[in-house]
Amino acid sequence: MPRRDDIRSVCVLGAGPIRIGQACEFDYSGVQGVQALREEGLRVVLVNSNPATIMTDPERADATYVEPVTAEVAAAILEKEKCDALLPTLGGQTALNVAVQLANAGVLSRLGVRLLGASVDAIRTAEDRERFREAMRRAGLPVLPSLTVTSLAAADKAADTVGFPAILRPSFTLGGTGTAMVYNREEYAKAIKGALAASPVGEVLVERSVEGWKEFELEVMRDVADTVVVVCSIENVDAMGVHTGDSITVAPALTLTDKEYQILRDAAATCLKTVGVETGGANVQFAVHPDTGEWAIIEMNPRVSRSSALASKATGFPIARIAAKLALGYRLDEITNAITGSTPASFEPALDYVVVKVPRFAFEKFPGAEDVLGTSMKSVGEVMAIGATFEEALLKAVRSLELGRAGLAPTPAVAALDEEALASRVRVANPDRLWAVVEALRRGWDVARVSGLSRWDPWFVRRVAGLVAAEQEIAERGPADRATLVAAKRLGFGDADLGRLLEQPENTVRERRREAGAVRRYRKVDTCAGEFAAATPYLYGGFGTLDEVPERRRPAVVILGSGPVRIGQGIEFDACCVQAIAGLREAGREAVMINCNPETVSTDWDAADRLYFEPLTLEEVLDVVAREEAEGAVAQFGGQTPLKLARRLAAAGVRILGTSPDAIDLAEDRERFSEVINRLGLRQPACEAVVALDEAKKAAARLGYPVLVRPSYVLGGRGMEVVYREGELAGYWKREVLAAPEHPVLIDRFLERAVEIDVDALSDGRDVVICGVLEHIEEAGIHSGDSSCVFPSVSLPLEVTAEVRRIVRLLARELGVVGLINAQLAVRDGLVYVLEANPRASRTVPFISKATGVPWASLAAQVCCGARLSDLSVADGVPLGVAVKMPVFPFDRFPGVDPLPGPEMRSTGEVMGMAETFGEAYAKAALGAGLALPLKGTIFLSVADADKPRATALAARLEELGFALLATHGTAAALGRDGISARQVHKVSEGRPHAVDLMVNGEIQMVINTASGSRAHRDGVAIRRGALEHRIPYVATVAGAFAAAEAIAALRRGALEPRSLQAWQSRAAALRPNGSRAASK
Amino acid sequence: MAERSRRHLPVARRGFGDLAEVEQGANSARRRAEGAGGSRKGPVRQGAGRAMDPAGPAATPVVIVAPRGMGYPRASMDRSLLPPLLAGPRRACLALADGTVFHGYASGGEALASGEVVFNTSMFGYQEMLTDPSYRGQILVLTTAHVGNVGVNAEDQESRRAWAEGLIVPDLSAIPSNWRAQGGLLERLDEQGVPVAWGFDTRALVLRLREAGSLPGVLVCGKELSRTELDALVREAHGTDGCDLTRAVARTEVVTWGTAPWLAPGEQPRKANGGPLVAVVDCGVKHSILRHLVGAGAGVVVVPPDTGAAAILALKPAGVVVSNGPGDPAAVAGVPQTIRELLGKVPLLGICLGHQLLAVALGGLTYKLRFGHHGANHPVRDMATGSVWITSQNHNYAVDPESLPERVRVSMVNLTDGSVEGIVAEDVLAEGIQFHPEAGPGPHDALGVFARFVWRCRGRR
Repeated sequence: MPRRDDIRSVCVLGAGPIRIGQACEFDYSGVQGVQALREEGLRVVLVNSNPATIMTDPERADATYVEPVTAEVAAAILEKEKCDALLPTLGGQTALNVAVQLANAGVLSRLGVRLLGASVDAIRTAEDRERFREAMRRAGLPVLPSLTVTSLAAADKAADTVGFPAILRPSFTLGGTGTAMVYNREEYAKAIKGALAASPVGEVLVERSVEGWKEFELEVMRDVADTVVVVCSIENVDAMGVHTGDSITVAPALTLTDKEYQILRDAAATCLKTVGVETGGANVQFAVHPDTGEWAIIEMNPRVSRSSALASKATGFPIARIAAKLALGYRLDEITNAITGSTPASFEPALDYVVVKVPRFAFEKFPGAEDVLGTSMKSVGEVMAIGATFEEALLKAVRSLELGRAGLAPTPAVAALDEEALASRVRVANPDRLWAVVEALRRGWDVARVSGLSRWDPWFVRRVAGLVAAEQEIAERGPADRATLVAAKRLGFGDADLGRLLEQPENTVRERRREAGAVRRYRKVDTCAGEFAAATPYLYGGFGTLDEVPERRRPAVVILGSGPVRIGQGIEFDACCVQAIAGLREAGREAVMINCNPETVSTDWDAADRLYFEPLTLEEVLDVVAREEAEGAVAQFGGQTPLKLARRLAAAGVRILGTSPDAIDLAEDRERFSEVINRLGLRQPACEAVVALDEAKKAAARLGYPVLVRPSYVLGGRGMEVVYREGELAGYWKREVLAAPEHPVLIDRFLERAVEIDVDALSDGRDVVICGVLEHIEEAGIHSGDSSCVFPSVSLPLEVTAEVRRIVRLLARELGVVGLINAQLAVRDGLVYVLEANPRASRTVPFISKATGVPWASLAAQVCCGARLSDLSVADGVPLGVAVKMPVFPFDRFPGVDPLPGPEMRSTGEVMGMAETFGEAYAKAALGAGLALPLKGTIFLSVADADKPRATALAARLEELGFALLATHGTAAALGRDGISARQVHKVSEGRPHAVDLMVNGEIQMVINTASGSRAHRDGVAIRRGALEHRIPYVATVAGAFAAAEAIAALRRGALEPRSLQAWQSRAAALRPNGSRAASK
Repeated sequence: MAERSRRHLPVARRGFGDLAEVEQGANSARRRAEGAGGSRKGPVRQGAGRAMDPAGPAATPVVIVAPRGMGYPRASMDRSLLPPLLAGPRRACLALADGTVFHGYASGGEALASGEVVFNTSMFGYQEMLTDPSYRGQILVLTTAHVGNVGVNAEDQESRRAWAEGLIVPDLSAIPSNWRAQGGLLERLDEQGVPVAWGFDTRALVLRLREAGSLPGVLVCGKELSRTELDALVREAHGTDGCDLTRAVARTEVVTWGTAPWLAPGEQPRKANGGPLVAVVDCGVKHSILRHLVGAGAGVVVVPPDTGAAAILALKPAGVVVSNGPGDPAAVAGVPQTIRELLGKVPLLGICLGHQLLAVALGGLTYKLRFGHHGANHPVRDMATGSVWITSQNHNYAVDPESLPERVRVSMVNLTDGSVEGIVAEDVLAEGIQFHPEAGPGPHDALGVFARFVWRCRGRR
């Protein structure tokens, strides 16, 4: 069946900002999907507010709208671009929800836009749990007893029908937000309210819990001719009760017989047909009783998902690409399997290896949040590893996590647990459970006990037990035994693990095992277990006899990826890596990608010339570089992970292309960096490095409070705090320093009320161009990743920005940067201070690339390979419009945590808004970030004393915009002195009714609450949590509130006009009469 | 639990004589325990197609229990995983006819297997594969990473024993974990005298077979042989070409079959109705074929391959199924003649070998595929409807479409290599299906074949 010919242009919806439960897997799917559609000669219109994605690179689609992914915006774009069709199945839950809203509002039928991939009916059936359950029941598939409730009264009755333990699942939420497990009536009564509130439609499914059952997932594809293929079976090591995104998972399923597997396969196919997924991919989840085989269908997602990204990377089968083709009406047998290049896609991949996925968590960022895993997803990223056995894959995955310790080494916290506490750590799912299991086995607990507590299948526990016993045996046999080394490598132990066990340096182990013949060889991921020849060089390492690395035609350059997504090192670095691949190709090199993150574009089978799906450890990188005889490695695109490896790689003889490891050290080492600053005659906040607490107290006294304290060599402001009084210093020390005492602690004089600036620049060692100068909207004190920023600067005088540019040029030259550098500066009283410089691609590079239309990372990669900026004819970046970047926070996932931004980064993603004016751009960004600014109503103000002088102007502006004002007594009094009247309301501690009561009653449309001091006042926490939980827009700084006021003013002037990046570019070109370009591509 | 080994167990096959005492000791222990039976030594089995032991229900069960006290190195013990990898003397090697030798570890005692080396890429269902009689004469290489993890059970037997000459896997789980497991795979294969080797780079082996095509080979477990000795054994080894292996695996008596397909927990058995009687010519039939015929409502009678057309028709069947089986279709004696005599008289369905024999009976020819189709993921297109099925496959030979007479239509093709997957000769009521609609292991996409066939039979009654 040829593809349908009634479609000429398709609108693809992206997933918006990265959030927990909706991460960069949708960049991967969007990129594949868009490419597949364009191959068919279709015009592709893309909507995604996330600038840190590869899919929003302007050359990927015909029209790229970095605009909020909302129904209103999508409708405007569909109309403007005259799209024939809408493809919402590649953009996660966000895109599906928008599609349903567009259909409900009649927009699709009015504009004659066809919905591809999934019908509205299918989406509703899959999403509405009651309908889903009914449909499954009609199809004869087992489901769990459950009831949907929309009121507290109905909820009471539901408990009787369903029984306990029960699970509460709010409808239409991301990654299981608001989902809760309850074991008794009391808990139920408490949880049901929150669950009802969490659902945008106020609907909750109350369902019998199957906690402890085994969980399986099948990734299924179906075409118009009703051919169904299961791309991958995934088994969760963690039993039901833990969100699959938080579970350790393996592929293929390992504890099912064929008969049991085929039941699930048949059920998955029936499920797709019943729900009405005509074409495309879906994910079906099953629970299986471990002792009786009783099973039930849990849920299905009629779209590509995190699991399908994992399945894609695990099998090599490009699910999103094929889903896009199927949506156009192709059949599976008409699509070629891109991996083999010869066989059809109507085929089920066969794996001859094991894949293990391990999630990565960020609980340390959210003090106060209990690190217990449940049915609401908490992990921020994940790693995947491919190994010949479960053991090898598991050990590789653990290495990939970059936890700063070798393999299964006991964590101090877990090793210190007494028997009872350890049992609880094994029983209750938590980020350290694997290590608790290991520790229990190390202490000699038997497999049955550990399996009984953890509800892990005994098979997995046994295999881990085998590794634990092997560790002991390796240690006993000692370093001289060459056969042991070889056997241990085959089991999957890393050189660093063996170094720990044998008490030898890692490098010695490496030399010895190589001499003993344990040389890493690489096999292909080929979808077919070797049955057909594979055309794609998608490789993983191991210690077999076979090596399938293909011949190379051009010199190879290894590019180090960024590993698992974590807070502070997210998708933006993957976007830089993928752009850099293009640059390396441009420079005539073969780009060899190493990465271990299954969600990313960089680990797509065709992103680089070769892909090594390997941990980003010294060991694995050295082996790849050696096998490829690579010219060198580039380490500046993947964030802090490769940067940390760079020096050790160089010491091992690997040429680091671009900025040298010594130059990296020059920037990273505070003392050396201070020398540079002094040498250049630049200004820096006074700073001291200390080791002990009493030293710290003295240093802080010398510098003068407030001070900014942080451990050196950190990522994302980990452990960074502003300390206002000596008394707070001891507490900080206890919290942050004692846990990791190996690094010195840096104490900076904190510049209060300074304007922070982020600058990205590109240097070839001789010339330096400034990519962009970003002004932070919030004042210094909030981590740069967590503050909104605007490009170009709206408040700084021209001579200040000129000075900033001069300083960054000086710095780049003096540091010897070849490639990208990011500098953070602060301006106070007209003086410019240098805060820090990172000689690598930064979080803001993709944003600046979108805002200037210049592929900076790609250019940087060429510079790393020796190109001159002058030859590339690159000039300073010129913004195409006013661009605002706004962060997105995961506070709704962590009950009880104060959602106050601070010096430690906690945002998971960001959005971009671009417009002609600041107000419009900020409004777009707010809309994209889900900050629903009110156009009228009441605004509640509660500002810290230090902010009160500026509060008057703010209040006046809000009043001018027609808002009624409500304020705490102190704030109201301050405003009153300046002649602005605000209705007064109690703080939470002052009696009732208080501010939160009014929030609950819907009397407040926006909250402006600023905090002073490092330890936020309990009243403030209650207000901020109240706003968060009742979905009231909340602003934490006065500067942010001014910006919000501008945005509201812009919104009141009329609807915002969406404009594609391509349109911005042609407009900018038209404005430049001499035809000069900011940069050549 | 499944029947124990029913054929003469070639004790000597397990080694080179030095284990005999131990094994006999084990046997006598077993005999004492059972209070009956006796050890019979069969001929050394050096390869497929020669001096095959007549198998049949008549043979007295002889069970060899692996001597537990021997301290065999086992793969993936639940204690340290290192010792098995370090166990030098317990090596295994596979020598292929093209001179390539692969190394791994032996899981049982000393043993030797000889036959055609084939690989199967299916990730589930090792027990079904091992007990599929079609693997007689073949050393089976499984590519999936872990084998043995779900143990063995009675329902998953595809015949009364394991037939593969030997098993080579990347990793073998000694201790199973599955709610249906009734024992470990290794114990079961030990009992049945099937050599098991693990720790092989099976991917390297697969790529070799992909390049060179199917090759005969010898699997030597637990003994270091000199190159000369090995070469001699490899010279002796041969593939299945020219071998009629059906009689070595098939039943020798007419049997009525009544077992329905396995029911998943919670699944209700379908009502059995007095459906048409289907006679199945057993060339090495898998239980799943019989089960699914019953599931489709048929009464099933299984007849040995030497049953003539008249004897079959005397049973008054409404249809005849010619089953799958091992070996070279061109070498199978008698059955094509029987089929020829049945053509046009009753609806006939040939599966796998039965399909090839049907083609021969219709005047067609078969040829050998480069390395065969063995797996659970082959796409097949039904030419009449255009539907694509993902199928379970296990064959080394295929029907040459050019050789077929005009009245025979190619009804299905394999989408990976275009080979014939089904033929129909409507005028004589016959159809052949190359793949395994009964799955076991594999996807159920083509299960409808049985219902369709039984429906055709019913129409004739």
